[in-house]
Order: sequence, then C-alpha cells, then structure tokens
Amino acid sequence: MSGSVLYDVPGPKAILRNRILGVLTIVVVVAVIAFFVWRLFATGQFAASKWEAFTYTRIWEQIAIGLWNTISAFALAAVGALALGFILAIGRLSDHAWLRWPVAAVTEFLRAVPVLVMMFLLYYGLPVVGVRMPSYWVVVIALVLYNGSVLAEVIRAGVESLPRGQREAGYAIGLRKSGVMRLILLPQAIRAMMPVILSQLVVTLKDTALGFIITYEELLFFAKRLGSAATLDSPIIPSTIVVGAIYIGLCLLLSGAARLVEKRMQKSPRVRAAQEAIAPRLHDGTTTEVIAAQEAGSLLEAPRGTAGRRDAGGGPLG
Amino acid sequence: MGVITDNLDLWGEALLGTVQLFFGGGAVALILGTIVGAMRVSPVPIARAVGTLYVNTIRNTPLTLVFFGFAFALPPLIGVRASGPAAMGFAIAALGVYTATYVAETIRSGINTVPVGQAEAARAIGLTFGQVMTLVVLPQAFRSVIPPMMSVFIALLKNTTVAAGFSVLNLGSMRDWLSERGENQLLVIVWVMVIFVAMVLLLSWAQRSLEKRWTVAR
Repeated sequence: MSGSVLYDVPGPKAILRNRILGVLTIVVVVAVIAFFVWRLFATGQFAASKWEAFTYTRIWEQIAIGLWNTISAFALAAVGALALGFILAIGRLSDHAWLRWPVAAVTEFLRAVPVLVMMFLLYYGLPVVGVRMPSYWVVVIALVLYNGSVLAEVIRAGVESLPRGQREAGYAIGLRKSGVMRLILLPQAIRAMMPVILSQLVVTLKDTALGFIITYEELLFFAKRLGSAATLDSPIIPSTIVVGAIYIGLCLLLSGAARLVEKRMQKSPRVRAAQEAIAPRLHDGTTTEVIAAQEAGSLLEAPRGTAGRRDAGGGPLG
Repeated sequence: MGVITDNLDLWGEALLGTVQLFFGGGAVALILGTIVGAMRVSPVPIARAVGTLYVNTIRNTPLTLVFFGFAFALPPLIGVRASGPAAMGFAIAALGVYTATYVAETIRSGINTVPVGQAEAARAIGLTFGQVMTLVVLPQAFRSVIPPMMSVFIALLKNTTVAAGFSVLNLGSMRDWLSERGENQLLVIVWVMVIFVAMVLLLSWAQRSLEKRWTVAR
C-alpha cells in the first residue's frame, strides 16, 4: 500500500475514523455530482432538442473529420519529435564544443517557449516575412519543436546515467564513437527511458488541442462550431460533453497502450538489464532525477516499475 | 524596442494578466493538489480511489479542453456570464484544476521517497503520529518535493498562454491586441518569446539553487 510510510496498521479507533472519512468522501463526491446533474436539469440540457444534433449522420461525419485531423497531426508530430529528439540528444552529447553548445542553447530555448506562442509565431508571425503555411503544418511543426527538445533531454539523461563502464567496454572491443553510441549507449538509454518517452507522446496528443486556438479544424474546433449552431438549439454543453469524452478516451487509450508496451518490455531481460544499469546511479542522482524517474513510473501506472520501485526498495520493507 | 515602448500600457496589463493567472492558478493548484495528494496516500480506500480517478482523468485531458469546458460549457450551466473579471476567474480555475493533478503527484512521489524505515524508526522510539509527521517524514518529503514542484510551476507559467485563446488578456494575447494597433506581429511574438525564455530561465535557476541547498543526504 502506498501509505505504508505514513501509517501503522490501524487499530479499532483508526478503523472507525477511516470509515467516517470514507463516508465523508462519498458524501462530498455525491454532492458535487448532484449539483452538476441539478444544474444540467435546471438549464434544460436534458431536453431532446439539445441532443438532436447527435442523431444526424452528417454531424458524426464531421466529428470523424475532426478526429482524423487530431490523429493525423499527432501521428506526424510524434514521429518528427522522436527524430528531432535523437538529433538534438546526439548533438548535445557530442565531444565537440562547437556543436554541443549551440545544440544545448537551441534545446533550452525550445523547451522554454510555450507551445502556443510557437504556434502563433508560425501562423501569424512568419507571414510577415512571406512564409505562409496551412494550420496543419503549424500544429505539427510547433509540436515537433517542443516535444523533440523535451525528448532530447530525456534521451540525453538516459545516456548520461549509464555506467561509464558501458562506454569504456565498447571502446575496448574496438568500436568507434558512432558505434558505441549506436550499438551500446542509445539502445540501453531508450529501453530504460521508455516510460518517459511514451508519456511524452501522450503530452503530444494532448497538445494537438492547442490547434483549436489557431483555428486548426480538430475536434474542439468542431465542438465550438456545433455548439453555436442556433438551428440545432446551440448545444454547447452536449457538444462539449461528447467531444470531451472522445478526446479523453483517445488519451486514455494511448496511455493504456503505453502501459501495455511498458509491461511487455518489463518482462524482457534486456530491458531489465538496462534499467538495472541505470538504477544505482539514480541513487546518486539529484532528487529531481529520482522523482522524475518515479513520476514516469507512476504516470503510466505501471506496477511502479522502473526506477521508482528500486528507490522505494531502499527501505527495509521495499 | 518601439513595439514595447509605444505600447507600455498594454504590455503592463498583459504582464499583470499573466502574473494573475500564474499566482491565482498556482494557489488553486496548491490547495486542491495538496488535498488530492493527501487523498492519494491516505489509508481510506475510497478516498484513494477518488484521488486516483481525478488524477488519471485530468492528466488525460488536454489543457485546451479544460479551458474550453470552463469558458464555454460551465458559465451557462451555473448561470454566470464569462466576461471581464469572471473570464479571468474561470481561466484561473481551469489552470488550477489542471495543474492540481501534477501537484498531487509530486507530493505523493515526494512522500514515497522517504524510506519506510524512517517512519518505522520514529514510531519505534515512541513518537506519536503528529511527531512522526512533523519531525521525521514531512521535513524530508518537503525537501525532495520542492525541486520537482518548481518544474510544475514552470509548466504552469507556460500554460498561462492558453488563456489567450479564451479572451483573457495575458502575454500570450499580445499579438492579437497589438496587431489591432498596427504593430508588426512577428516582432511582438518574438518579444513575447524573449520574455518567456527569461522568466523560465529565472525559475530554472531558482530551482537549481534550491535543489543544491536542500539535497537530502542519504
């Protein structure tokens, strides 16, 4: 149980208190739900006319188009972000200072700029100097730049946390710099950092919704248009509920897939070896790194896999 | 520089908007996040379940969707017009509700970094629950929570720009406002970027120096 640091096995008094707290939680949650149902009822959201829109095939076709636009922007952005992540990570790990410093500066810059401001730059800023592009490319490029720089840091952290012996052994058997990186360091770093990489892809999917603000025709854009259609009784609340459910379902699906992949990988001996190689170093790492690793584990709700487990395992009961 | 000096009034208002969103959203997130984080580590199963449901749902919700709900769906539902100060209130609530999940997870993993043996040793020497918490567990957890919490707040600062899409004046909406005054949009956006990079670098620097000072020796 997660609370074992904090609580002893409950005695009779504690059991009673916990029951009271449990009932209190239920009461609060029920009250919140009841309030919303009451308001939905009071504002006539359960009227048939508010939901009529969703009986038309035409509306669902448009929702499907919105969904497709969301997914296609995400898919390309995910691939691009991974590619850019590798390039920036390898650049920043370079032995040559003339390459390392500029790449580091670019990475830090891209990480510090809000994605939405980057989209504004591409969509509204660049036309000033004559560069115009459709909103699809604006969304994709902005997402690639931001998530690529984040992934670069993740991959770099993975490589740097490998024991020095791995690199040295690679050189000892006669590999060159590129061989050591490609055959020894990167594969281990990627396996160990897989949970973080996958959760960053979920972030990418979530951030495609920012396209709504620059009028990219994804799901939310459609929800807004449907919600202000007076001929359909302006069903803004029903359309938010429907489109919101689709969006959240999509993200949950991706998170679930990520968890599945991670579970599968957890069984592979190669992955465990890579994670064990990193694990002892995590103890020497800064607290942020330890927690970041833990968060990555908990985010995907793996059986607190990766480093988090090992860290908690520092305790006698671990 | 003309873009800034000619429109100082608007830049000031926008900066104020960003600061309001940041501190307002941060306060909501800290309060709500601490409650949810406490629920996530509590010995009450139903509270843990509710906390987990909240965190897993909101974490899989795009921030833009949260804003969308608070800006378009919630106001008619509770019968408030979302304009002027009310729009700012809804934006702060949206940021707070979203960021609270990250605060909750940071608190939870911070508490989990304290080895079980620490609490057990404290209990073994006869400290009460309150003493175990205030003297042993929380001081250690607090130190390991601060640096990642700073990362959460850096993300919050960048997320304030999303409010620009929902007619709340902040640095993110400067392009919209200044292009109406006939300024060069590209220049405005570049300045906004510079300001954000400066603010984020400042926060990261603070994070690093706090981390150095507060590392727990284990």
